[in-house]
Amino acid sequence: MTDAPLLEIRGLEVIFDGFHAVDGLDLTVREGEVRFLIGPNGAGKTTLVDAITGLVRPAGGSIRFAGEELVGQREHRIVGLGVGRTFQTPTVFEQLSVLENVDVAASFRLPFRSLLRRRRGVTDRVRRALEDVGLAELQEEPAGVLSHGQRQWLEVAMVLCQRPRLLLLDEPVAGMTGEERLRTGELTTRIAAEGTTVVVIEHDMDFVRRFATRVTVMHEGALLAEGTVAEVQQDAMVRDVYLGRPRDARGAAVVA
Amino acid sequence: MEIFLSQLFIGLSVASILLLVALGLTFTFGQMNVINMAHGEFVMAGAYTTYVIQGALGASLVTLGFLVALPLAFLVGGALGVVLEWVLIRRLSGRPLDTLLATFGVALILQQVARDVFGASNVQVRAPAFLDGAITVAGVSMSYTRLFIIALVGVCLAAIWAHLGRSPAGRRMRAVMQNRDLAAASGVRTPRVDRRTFFIGSGLAGVAGVAVTLLGSVGPTLGTNYLIDAFLVVIVGGLGRLRGAVMAAVALGLFNAYVEYGTDASIAKAAAFALIVVFLQFRPQGLVVQRARGLT
Amino acid sequence: MSRLAGTLAAGDARWGFLIRFLVVAAAMLLLAPAVLSDFRLSLLAKFLCFAIVAVGIGLAWGQGGMLVLGQGLFFGLGGYSMGMYMKLEEAGPGQLPDFMVWSGVESLPAVWEPFRHAWFALPMAVLLPMAVAAVLGTLVFRQRVRGAYFAILSQGLAAAFVIVLVGQQGLTGGTNGLTNFTQLFGLDLTAQANASILYTMVALGLLAVFLIARQLVASRYGRVLVAVRDSEDRVRFLGYDPTRIKVVAYTAAAGMAGLAGAMFVPIVGIISPALLGILPSIEMVIWVALGGRAVLAWAAGGAVLVNWVKTGLSERFPSGWLYLFGMVFVVVIAFAPKGMAGIGEYVRAGLGRPGAVRLGPRARDRATARDRAAQEPA
Ligand SMILES: Nc1ncnc2c1ncn2[C@@H]1O[C@H](COP(=O)(O)OP(=O)(O)OP(=O)(O)O)[C@@H](O)[C@H]1O
Ligand SMILES: [Mg+2]
Repeated sequence: MTDAPLLEIRGLEVIFDGFHAVDGLDLTVREGEVRFLIGPNGAGKTTLVDAITGLVRPAGGSIRFAGEELVGQREHRIVGLGVGRTFQTPTVFEQLSVLENVDVAASFRLPFRSLLRRRRGVTDRVRRALEDVGLAELQEEPAGVLSHGQRQWLEVAMVLCQRPRLLLLDEPVAGMTGEERLRTGELTTRIAAEGTTVVVIEHDMDFVRRFATRVTVMHEGALLAEGTVAEVQQDAMVRDVYLGRPRDARGAAVVA
Repeated sequence: MEIFLSQLFIGLSVASILLLVALGLTFTFGQMNVINMAHGEFVMAGAYTTYVIQGALGASLVTLGFLVALPLAFLVGGALGVVLEWVLIRRLSGRPLDTLLATFGVALILQQVARDVFGASNVQVRAPAFLDGAITVAGVSMSYTRLFIIALVGVCLAAIWAHLGRSPAGRRMRAVMQNRDLAAASGVRTPRVDRRTFFIGSGLAGVAGVAVTLLGSVGPTLGTNYLIDAFLVVIVGGLGRLRGAVMAAVALGLFNAYVEYGTDASIAKAAAFALIVVFLQFRPQGLVVQRARGLT
Repeated sequence: MSRLAGTLAAGDARWGFLIRFLVVAAAMLLLAPAVLSDFRLSLLAKFLCFAIVAVGIGLAWGQGGMLVLGQGLFFGLGGYSMGMYMKLEEAGPGQLPDFMVWSGVESLPAVWEPFRHAWFALPMAVLLPMAVAAVLGTLVFRQRVRGAYFAILSQGLAAAFVIVLVGQQGLTGGTNGLTNFTQLFGLDLTAQANASILYTMVALGLLAVFLIARQLVASRYGRVLVAVRDSEDRVRFLGYDPTRIKVVAYTAAAGMAGLAGAMFVPIVGIISPALLGILPSIEMVIWVALGGRAVLAWAAGGAVLVNWVKTGLSERFPSGWLYLFGMVFVVVIAFAPKGMAGIGEYVRAGLGRPGAVRLGPRARDRATARDRAAQEPA
């Protein structure tokens, strides 16, 4: 683990029709970290990931990744630089088989000429990714038949086999059973141990407590607190934010 | 200067017909994501409605026939639209490209019906006497027919504006257009709203059909000529946007009128097309409503 | 173990394809010329030209989801390139084509000049459509113009092209187009006996185009193309530029249409705006829809079959043919989107509920399925 900041966000602003979804956010993630990002609904977590990956255009601020400015770059270039992400609502290619989904993802750096050749067999990287997420058995099935949880894993496999330097996971365990969560958490830890920096957006506090080292709390588009799980849970402002919304069951879980 | 003004006038009158045809398209497109390729045939149906009524009432009642044709063509167009929606389009929900193709098949059939009923050659509709002649303002001669068309479209536009803004039904239309699921969840009966939208949009096409009889003869392929231009208006103006459609129609009409004057009609068409592609380079959002929430 | 079985099955599939391909090729190249009269053979040659266009549409629309409603433009660019060359070849060095003389054109327009040379005109028949498609596709796809917008735009393009052709009489021959051809490379086109030479060339062209398209579809590129059809935005976040992926398929389809147009001219003896406008362009898509948009061979077969039936019926029952054509088309699109390629499946699925067979889950069903899955208790 080095100390160089891999991702450095300064004064980021995203505005939708006058509404500040992200409002002057600063965030630094170091190489090799597993960073958890939490915050109440609508805090702007997904919007932050969208801004990093080029899906929404920030109104201001800068996002530097490994020294390179990401703001204004096209989406596929950002991926090419080594930023991978999953989506809160998993999106997979339903007309392709599970294997083809992963293979398409794994081939993204091939020169165009090689794309024009057929796939022969399964590359190690693809097989490994499928085994990691436990979808090897289903590899010939069309992705359209997968359940929600399986789609989430398929997305993870797709992004894993791309070997990104920074992996952004948007609520990867939402809708999963306890056992599935455990497995996803372990996978996340292992990915990080192999040198990928991971940012996980998650609501489930059991999951956060179990797998997080550092946690960043967002609220109304800005950074509210940052520290270890214990530190964050002690933080008065964090308590206020969550207790101020008593009906938010997830908030209750945070301060529990 | 005179030429500038007279082309302005011609451009505006072309624009108003385009707009009338485009209005129905932009609503059904914006609300149901439906591209109805048979829309042009509703224009044709409106035109033939005028022809039939004139034939039935005889030469002495041309003016009356024309005025009766306006509401009747609205009903004919609207009825055709509702039937099409009910029989075919509803079954194709969620498949916009297939809807486009299937309605094109319907357009082919309707054209053939017109050919079999009214003959393959064009027929003439007589303009009512009160539209004979022209008025000269600032050296520009403005024919009453074109003035009438501009006024007619103005009235239709105002009526739609009021309908969308004031009436509960219009509000429901806007609600469904903005967010179908949310509207449905709040108790709006979306199928009913869809049918209504289709009725109004197709009815307007029928009215446009009456208007085009003032500009030339009526034939089975009349609608095709207007459809593509109307679609381009929709593309440039943006989905279900009244104001966008007005601006796009005026821009396209004027552009055509001026370039056509300087060169010829065919160059004007090609240039208009090039212009649209260039326009898309700078304002693609005039077209695509970007929703950043997740992926589409 | 299962992997071994998979490899074997894949091997079987390849052999199966090879056998089928060779059977069809033999039927086309050996059987047809032997059993068909010269007249019918030249008719079939015309249909095979259409089949070449259909293969391209199958690639762009069937695989890539781009509804190309303006292929008449590319067919026309190919056809006019060839037609211009043939006109100039006939006119002889320094002479003007006949229609220019009639419409009082004094000297050969500069655009025509290079088409005197076969080495320029013939490649242009394919390269010009490809260049136009590449430029237009890049401009349009980059701005994320897709779906129905793209369909309308491509249709508008064909419409504008036709208007220009008709309007520029002296340059293009106007409504009549280019016609009255008598020879090509010294080959007498009026002699029926030469029909089989032209036919063989078209048949070879179709087979070649089919193999190219199939390679594109079967390759990794083909998978990415389908992925783009499924969800263009998702592909972007896998590091591909969807613009590039789409432009390749669109350009290939344009080149195929251009090739078909170029071969069409010597066979049929005319290229004119009436063959290229909105209606003919959309008809090209109809062939593919009826044959089966998702299967290249069926797309080509659809073109041949529809035109064969059309030739048989449209002269005897012109009005009835149009009703039939329109109805069949509507029904196929609405209830049997797989076209003839899916017949076996529809039969298996039970004739009672043909609507049950779909190309894929409908967007709305998909969305509800997803919601339901999302609500499943953790
Ligand atoms: N495209 C958009 N247009 C308008 N508002 C948007 C858009 N995308 C997000 N928002 C708003 O921005 C705010 C932040 O949304 P975001 O999805 O980033 O929250 P989140 O922290 O991911 O919440 P959740 O936990 O529910 O996923 C919300 O209020 C949302 O309504
Ligand atoms: Mg979110």
